Amino acid sequence: MTMHTLSVLVENKPGVLARVSGLFSRRGFNIDSLAVGETENPDVSRITIVVNAESSPLEQVTKQLNKLVNVLKIVELDPQVSVARELLLVKVRADRTARAQVLETVGLFRARVVDVAPDTLTIEATGTPDKLDALLRDLEPFGIKEMVQSGTVAIGRGSRAITAGPALRAA
Amino acid sequence: MTRPTPETLAHSARRARSGTGAAGDSDPAARPGRTVPGAATAETPVREPAAAQVSGAGSLVRSLEALGVDVVFGIPGGAILPAYDPLYDSSVRHILVRHEQGAGHAATGYAQATGRVGVCIATSGPGATNLVTPIADAYMDSVPMVAITGQVARPSIGTDAFQEADIQGITLPITKHNFLVQTADEIPRVLAEAFHLAATGRPGPVLVDIPKDVLQAPATFSWPPTLDLPGYRPTLHPHGKQIREAARLMTGARRPVLYVGGGVLKAGATEGLRKLAEQTGIPVVTTLMALGAFPDSHRQHLGMPGMHGTVAAVYGLQKADLIVALGARFDDRVTGRLDSFAPDATVVHADIDPAEIGKNRHADIPIVGDARHVIDELIAAVTAEQAAHPAADLTDWWAQLDDLRERYPLGFEEPADGTLSPQYVIKRLGEIAGPDAVYVAGVGQHQMWASQFISYEKPHTWLNSGGLGTMGYAVPAAMGAKVGKPDTTVWAVDGDGCFQMTNQELATCALEGIPIKVAVINNGNLGMVRQWQTLFYGERYSNTELGTHKHRIPDFVKLAEALGCVGLRCENAADVDKTIEAAMAIDDAPVVIDFVVGKDAMVWPMVAAGTSNDEIMFARGVRPAFDEDEL
Repeated sequence: MTMHTLSVLVENKPGVLARVSGLFSRRGFNIDSLAVGETENPDVSRITIVVNAESSPLEQVTKQLNKLVNVLKIVELDPQVSVARELLLVKVRADRTARAQVLETVGLFRARVVDVAPDTLTIEATGTPDKLDALLRDLEPFGIKEMVQSGTVAIGRGSRAITAGPALRAA
Repeated sequence: MTRPTPETLAHSARRARSGTGAAGDSDPAARPGRTVPGAATAETPVREPAAAQVSGAGSLVRSLEALGVDVVFGIPGGAILPAYDPLYDSSVRHILVRHEQGAGHAATGYAQATGRVGVCIATSGPGATNLVTPIADAYMDSVPMVAITGQVARPSIGTDAFQEADIQGITLPITKHNFLVQTADEIPRVLAEAFHLAATGRPGPVLVDIPKDVLQAPATFSWPPTLDLPGYRPTLHPHGKQIREAARLMTGARRPVLYVGGGVLKAGATEGLRKLAEQTGIPVVTTLMALGAFPDSHRQHLGMPGMHGTVAAVYGLQKADLIVALGARFDDRVTGRLDSFAPDATVVHADIDPAEIGKNRHADIPIVGDARHVIDELIAAVTAEQAAHPAADLTDWWAQLDDLRERYPLGFEEPADGTLSPQYVIKRLGEIAGPDAVYVAGVGQHQMWASQFISYEKPHTWLNSGGLGTMGYAVPAAMGAKVGKPDTTVWAVDGDGCFQMTNQELATCALEGIPIKVAVINNGNLGMVRQWQTLFYGERYSNTELGTHKHRIPDFVKLAEALGCVGLRCENAADVDKTIEAAMAIDDAPVVIDFVVGKDAMVWPMVAAGTSNDEIMFARGVRPAFDEDEL
């Protein structure tokens, strides 16, 4: 099984996410990550789905997704020619004795501190899932009090846009 | 027995009041409608643009009229009640059913018999959930249907209000699409989109859920609306290169088979299919959903493939070197164990739904397109191919298939206990009612026998619940078919188990003047389940005996009479013909015949579930002797 990243352009309407996620759950696919947001066209939303699956059942789900009336376009992003990022917010124990070491780790990963409390620091980091995993591994010894991670968002490299096309302009 | 006279029939009375024509008048433009702008009348075409101030409910009914809907099946209730007020004056005929499931199957039967979109209406909550089974049924069999449901008022949605159910959420996986209408002004557009989605591409059910306050709100009705479906673009025309490649394979194959599914009927491609088959000489098999797409009497027709298909059809697919699937989906009931299905076949798979292609069986030549276009273009491409190269000789292939047809024809043995044979009853019914009648089956043994022993010569003469296997389908679907084709004889072939699920719609038939005929193949048992208990559960008949023989509960003749129908009974072979003829002679009321038949008859041939088609059994303990060298 391999990780696949699907960019799904949908009409920006209520209930569309339920239709999309329902197709995955019915076939027993666990969605590893999901991110939804508006695109440059406010009538169109972009769903980025990362799923761990064999290629042939995934192709079947992709075809089923294409059948959804509210789905405009689906593109599988090749990791070689796309940029994928996640956002991480993590609250780390950092009292006076540990604070300097935590800040050094933050610096190494080009993350930043967004909130300071007497005994904790809240750190914001963006990057590939691998980079964020590494950051978390380094912060773990200090004590992670709370963390939250966004789904992956991804975009193809180069000047071509997947949002171009007659159907999408009409939307 | 008192039967309703035409004067007492609800719809006739209403027709008279509104000054319109006879029941079953299917041309909305021919009816004098109300003189409001945009309504369909003899003078104004259906799609005349117009704008008028109405309520949401008025907009709904006006939209149905503008869409050319002649009949809807439904039951009113609180949330949908506003819609029933303008419906009272409408040219749209409303048939008041006894259970919403009946409304749904009637809409399906209407659609399957006529090819037009069937419409059903229910209220919120239990009304809507009662539609779930027929919606799922229509989804599995790709039937164009629009279901309109009332919903609680918008401020109450999500509060567990009285008769609230999230029917949009419930029907997400069993509809082609569904809508929760948010404003009264969008009603015409949503209705037009719903009908467009239901009828085009791969047809299917579409649900429109309308909150009560939206129905009551003031609205501007304007017609025609502009459809806004940017993500919906069915591919109708196949790719030329794929067609040429398919034609090349079809002329070169030595053991080809045309595997025809329901898509050919839905696309109206039966004429083309016949031409293509005759031009190539390729054997044809038609699935349960496609019976009537190719005449049963045609020399090239091997019959139905699959679990209870003919030996020749099953063998034909299994040993083919080329399978050309047209509007079929390699269903598990056709393929048997998938990994041993047709091991030597190259597969050309043509379907309008790209998600079907390669779903179960890898397609060597995938073709996405409407069956009618696909077949027409295949005919042209095959003609060109035949002009360029001599076609392969199919003589040996036909010799093998003809030999199997001769040695293993469909047949049955008379029961040893002297009881009436169910197959004989169904065979005689088909012979007496003839190929112009419409036959509607329930689900089970009687359904399989009706598929085997009635000869289907014309499209849309065989209706059944193929995909979902919904017991109780027959009576309401026959009602819908009869409404759609009032001049055609419609026979429901039902089992005693199925019949007890939905027979209350016979009251609807009696009151609304829908004289269907029902042959209850009453073996006193859930026959197909019993057959499996006989074969696979050591004859332990757990909960399959229904008591309709032993206790005659219910007495189907009395039940029929109580529901305003003529009830007849037949218990021996000598009476079969005259009982059927007596039923055929009655035109002014629904008729039910209780055929009391033996319980031990079984459906053969059979490929047991989960086994390979190679293991087909011709009869209990009898495997066909194939020439092993050929396998």
